[in-house]
Amino acid sequence: MYAAIVFLPLIAAIVAGLFGRFLGDRGSQIVTCGAVITSALLSIVAFFKVVIGHQPTTVMLFDWIVAGDLQIAWALRIDQLTSVMLIVVNVVSAVVHVYSVGYMAEDPHKPRFMAYLSLFTFAMLMLVTADNFVQMYFGWEGVGLASYLLIGFWYERPSANAAAIKAFVVNRVGDFGFALGIFGVYLAFGSVDFATVFKASPDMAGKTFHFLSWDVDIMNTLCLLLFLGAMGKSAQVPLHTWLPDAMEGPTPVSALIHAATMVTAGVFMVARCSPMFEMAPFALNVVAAVGAFTAFFAATIGLVQNDIKRVIAYSTCSQLGYMFFAAGVSAYPVAIFHLFTHAFFKALLFLGAGSVIHAMHHEQDMRHMGGLWSKIRQTYVLMWIGSLALAGVPFFAGYYSKDAILESAFAANSGVGDFAFAMGLAAAVLTAFYSWRLIFMTFHGHPHDHHHFEAAHESPPVMLIPLYVLAAGAVLAGIVFAGMMTGHHWQEFWGSSIYVAENHKVMATFHDVPLWVKLAPVAAGVLGIAVAYWMYIRDRRVPAGLAARNEPLYRFLLNKWYFDELYDWALVRPAMRLGRLLWKGGDGRVIDGLGPDGVSATVIRVTRRVVLLQTGYVYHYAFAMLIGVAAFVTWYFAVGH
Amino acid sequence: MTWPLLSTVTFLPLVGVLFILLFIREDSELAKRNIRMVALWTTIITFAVSLLIWKDFDPRTADFQFVERGEWIGAGIAYHMGVDGISMFFVLLTTFLMPICILASWDAIETRVKEYMIAFLAMETLMIGVFCALDVVLFYLFFEAGLIPMFLIIGVWGGQRRIYATFKFFLYTLLGSVLMLLAILALYLKAGTTDIPTLIQLAGEGKLYAADVQKWLWLAFFASFAVKVPMWPVHTWLPDAHVEAPTAGSVILAGVLLKMGGYGFLRFSIPMFPEASAYFTPLVFALSVVAVIYTSLVALMQEDMKKLIAYSSVAHMGFVTIGIFTFTAAGLQGGILQMLSHGIVSGALFLCVGVVYDRLHTREIARYGGLVKNMPKYAFVFMVFTMATIGLPGTSGFVGEFLILLGAFKVSTWVAALACTGIILGAAYSLWLYRRVVFGTLTRDELKKMVDLSPREIAIFAPLLLVVFWMGVWPDPFLKVMQVSVDNLIEQHLAALETAKKLAGM
Repeated sequence: MYAAIVFLPLIAAIVAGLFGRFLGDRGSQIVTCGAVITSALLSIVAFFKVVIGHQPTTVMLFDWIVAGDLQIAWALRIDQLTSVMLIVVNVVSAVVHVYSVGYMAEDPHKPRFMAYLSLFTFAMLMLVTADNFVQMYFGWEGVGLASYLLIGFWYERPSANAAAIKAFVVNRVGDFGFALGIFGVYLAFGSVDFATVFKASPDMAGKTFHFLSWDVDIMNTLCLLLFLGAMGKSAQVPLHTWLPDAMEGPTPVSALIHAATMVTAGVFMVARCSPMFEMAPFALNVVAAVGAFTAFFAATIGLVQNDIKRVIAYSTCSQLGYMFFAAGVSAYPVAIFHLFTHAFFKALLFLGAGSVIHAMHHEQDMRHMGGLWSKIRQTYVLMWIGSLALAGVPFFAGYYSKDAILESAFAANSGVGDFAFAMGLAAAVLTAFYSWRLIFMTFHGHPHDHHHFEAAHESPPVMLIPLYVLAAGAVLAGIVFAGMMTGHHWQEFWGSSIYVAENHKVMATFHDVPLWVKLAPVAAGVLGIAVAYWMYIRDRRVPAGLAARNEPLYRFLLNKWYFDELYDWALVRPAMRLGRLLWKGGDGRVIDGLGPDGVSATVIRVTRRVVLLQTGYVYHYAFAMLIGVAAFVTWYFAVGH
Repeated sequence: MTWPLLSTVTFLPLVGVLFILLFIREDSELAKRNIRMVALWTTIITFAVSLLIWKDFDPRTADFQFVERGEWIGAGIAYHMGVDGISMFFVLLTTFLMPICILASWDAIETRVKEYMIAFLAMETLMIGVFCALDVVLFYLFFEAGLIPMFLIIGVWGGQRRIYATFKFFLYTLLGSVLMLLAILALYLKAGTTDIPTLIQLAGEGKLYAADVQKWLWLAFFASFAVKVPMWPVHTWLPDAHVEAPTAGSVILAGVLLKMGGYGFLRFSIPMFPEASAYFTPLVFALSVVAVIYTSLVALMQEDMKKLIAYSSVAHMGFVTIGIFTFTAAGLQGGILQMLSHGIVSGALFLCVGVVYDRLHTREIARYGGLVKNMPKYAFVFMVFTMATIGLPGTSGFVGEFLILLGAFKVSTWVAALACTGIILGAAYSLWLYRRVVFGTLTRDELKKMVDLSPREIAIFAPLLLVVFWMGVWPDPFLKVMQVSVDNLIEQHLAALETAKKLAGM
C-alpha cells in the first residue's frame, strides 16, 4: 500500500506525459486525478494505521548505490511525521489536480500540465518518505525539476522562463549546502541512513572535525549546511528571491508547490533531522533567527505589492519563517502543525485568487479589480475564510498553530526566542493588514475596469468544490488536531519521529505563558484588519498619501529591499563578465596565445629561418620529435647516471 | 584454447571494413546505402558480441580476464590483451556508442561515405584495442593510431575551420605523445618488459623506479593523459575540435576519446608511479577545481551550442580527475561511473545539437528558440539529457558526481566545496542553453518548418535514454563490476606507498 501511495502518481505522470496525445485531454485528466485521489485516500488509511495505530514502518525497495562501505537503498520510511506529510501532500495535490481541470480548460497543453503535476507529487512523496539523506536529495531535486517545469509552463513568456531558471539555480545554491551536509554526515557517521545517523547523533555532540581550514563543531556545521538547503527550498532570506518570481507559473502550481508542499520541504527537513539539530544549539539559533527575520521581512514587502499572487507569495515566505523559528526553539511539532494548517488555508487563498483571476480573464493586478464581491460571491466567502485562518482569528486553523508558535518563541525564554516573538508579533499585524488589503482592493470599492468587471463570472463547480474541501480544512484542521499534535501528549502522536532533547522544555511550557502573550496574536490580527479597513474602505486617500510622504521607504518595500538588484550587481553580472574574460582572455589570448597558436607561429618562424625548404605537419612532427629525443637524451645522462 | 573474445570484439569492425572494400565498388546511391548498412550491422554485431564480455565477466576477482597472449615483436613485447573491472565498461561504452554514431551519420554524411564509414570502423577497432591492451607498446600503438581516423574525420568531414581545429588537436596531442613515448622507453629500459601486469607488480614491490624518477615519468604520462581528458589549461583544443567535427565525430570524441585520459591515469599513472601519484595529487586537484569553475563560467557565455557543451565536458571531466585522485573507493568508482555517464550524456547532447544542425545548419544559439512548439519529442529528449548533465538524482549524472564529491570530501573539504560550486554553475549554463533553444516564442519561419524527431532519430535516442535512467536508478550492476578492481587498485597503491616508505627507511 505504501509503495502504491508513492508510485501511483509516477505511473500517472508517465502515462499522461508520454501517451497524452493518445489519451486526449480528458483521458490524461482522468488518469492523473484518479491516481492522486487514490493516493490521497490511501494516505488517510496510512495515517490511521501509523499514527492512531502506532505502527511506523519502513518498506525496503532495492539497493541504489553501493560503493566501498557506502550503502544507499531505495526505501520508504513511513512514520508519524511522514504520515502527516503524506496527508498534506496528497490531499492538496488531489484538490489541485481536480481544480486544474477547470482552471486550465482553455490551455492547449493539458496532458503535459497534468503529467507535470503528478510528477511533482511523486517527487514530493519520495522526499517525505525518504529513509536516508540521499533519497531525500533525490526527492528534493525532483521537486525542483517539477517546479522548474511548471513555473516555465507557459514557455512563450520570457518572464516565465527567467523565473523558472532563477528558481532552479537559487535552489541549487541551497543544494550546495545540502550536498556538503550529506558528505559531512557520511564522513562523521559513516552512513547516510536516518536511523543510523540519528541514533549516533548524541555521541557526536560537541565533537569537532576539520572543515575547510578550521576545526569546527561537527553537529553545528552539519546542521547549518543542511539548513542552507532548507533555506533555498523554503525561500528564507537571503535565498528567497525565487519564490515571488515563481508566481509566473499557473495558479494551481502556486497553490500546490509554492505554498502548500514543496516550499515546506525545508521545514520538514529540519523536523526530520530534529535528533541532529537538537545537538546543535548554535545551528538552532540560526534557524530561529533566519526564520524570525524572514517572517517579518516578507510581510513588509507584502504590504505594498499590487499583484494578487505576489501578495500571497510573500505571505507564504513569511509563514515559512514562522515555521522555522518554531523549529529553531525546539518546538518542531508546532512547526509541523503550522505547516499542516497552513497547507490548507494557503492553498485555499491561492486557488481562491486563481478563481478571481479566472473570473477576471487572467488579470492579476489588484488595482484593476474592485467591487467583485457581488459578482463572485462564493469565491468572496472562501477568500474570507482563508484570510481569517491566515490572520489567526480565533477558532480558524491558523489561530491554533500561529498562536502556538508565538507562545513557543516566548516560552523559549532566550534572546533569539524573544527576537522571534517580537518579529512574529509584528509580522502578525502586517499579515492581517495585507490580507484585508487584498480583500478590500479585490472585492470592495468600485470596479476599476468596467470591461472586465462586467464579464466577471463565478468559477465552475470543478473549481469551487476543491475550494470547499480546502475551506473545510482551513476551518477544522486547527481545532481538531491542535490537542493531538501540540498538546501535552504530543509525544504520543509523534512517537519517535520527532526528537526533543531533555533540556529543551518549550513543548511542555508553552501552554503556560502569561495571558497577554496568548491574547497578543489575536490583538495583532484585529489591529491589522482595522488599519486595513481604515485605509482601504473608510479613507481611501490614506495609502497614496502615506506612500507619497514616505517615498524612499515605499520604494524600498516596493522593490523588495532591492535584493534582486543586489544579486544582479554582485553575482550575476560579475559571473558573466568573468566568464567572458576567461574565455576571450584566458583561453583565447593566454592559453592559445602562448600555447598552440603561439607555438605554431614560432615554429613556422623558426623553420622559415632555419630551413626554407619544408613546411607542413610531417615536418613539424619530426622537428618536435627531435627536440624531444634530444631533451630525453640530455635528461637521461643528467639523471640516469 | 578458449575463444579469443577480446580480439574478436576488437577486430570485428575491420571485417566490416574489408567487406566494404571488397564488395562495394561503385559510388551510386544504392552503394552508399549498402555501405551504411554494412557499417551499421558490423557495429551492432560487435556490440552484441561485446555483451558476452559482461555476461561472462567475473566481478569477484581483480585479475585480468579473457586474457590472450601471443608472441609479437619479441624482446618482452607481446600481444597481450585482457580486461578487468576498470576497463571492461569502456569497451562496452565504445561498442554501444558506435551503432548510434553510424545511425547519426546516416543522412548527415553524403560525400565520401565509404571513406567515412571505414574511418569510423577502423577507429572502433583502435579504441577497443586501447582499453584491452595489456602491453604498453600495444597500448601506445592503439592509442596513437586512433587519432589518425579522428584527424581525418574532423579534417575531411568537418566544418569551415576544420584545418585549424585539426592542427590544434594535433599539436596538443603531439606534445603528449612524444613525452609518453619517452616514458615508455624509460620503463622498458628499466624493467626489460612492456607487459602491463608485470610492470604494475614491479612498481608495487618498489622495484621499478625511485620516487624522484617516478615524478618525471609521471609528468611525461600526465602530459599525454591530461591533454586527452582534457584538463585545464590544455583543454583549448577540445572546443574547436568539437565545433568543427561532424556530429558523430563529436560523440566519439566526447564519449570515448576523452575517457582514454582518465583510463590512462587508472592503468598507468597510479599503479606504476604510486609515489609520484601521491605527490602530484594536489596539482591534479588544483587543475581539476580550476577546470570545474573556470570552464563552467566560460560555458555560461558561449554563443555556439557545441562549444558550450564542449566546455561543460571539460568541467565534468574535472570531476573525474578529482575522483580518481582521491584514492577512495567512492571517488574512484564515481570517477569511472562519471566517465561512463559523461560518455553517454555528452554524446547524447551532441546528438541533440546534431538534430537541429541537420535541419538548420547552424549551431548559433541565438538563431533558435521556441522549438518545443513543433518539436515536443525533441524537447523531451533534450530535457532529459540536460537534467542528466546537471546531475539530477535519478539520472546517471548524479551517481558519479555524488560519489566523487563524497570521496573528495573525505580527502579535502576545500576540494569538495569548490567543486560543488560546479553544480550551481552547471545548472545555470545548461538550463540557459535549453531555454534559449527550446523555450521562448517560435517566430522565425525557418524554425517553424522544422519537423520533430524522425523514427531513425528516435532509435538513436531511445537506448541512450534507457541507459541514463538505468545508471541513475539502479547503478548496482555497474558498480558491482568495478568494486573489486577498484579496491585492489587502492590496496596496491597504499601497499606500494608503504613499501616505498620502508625502502626509504632502510
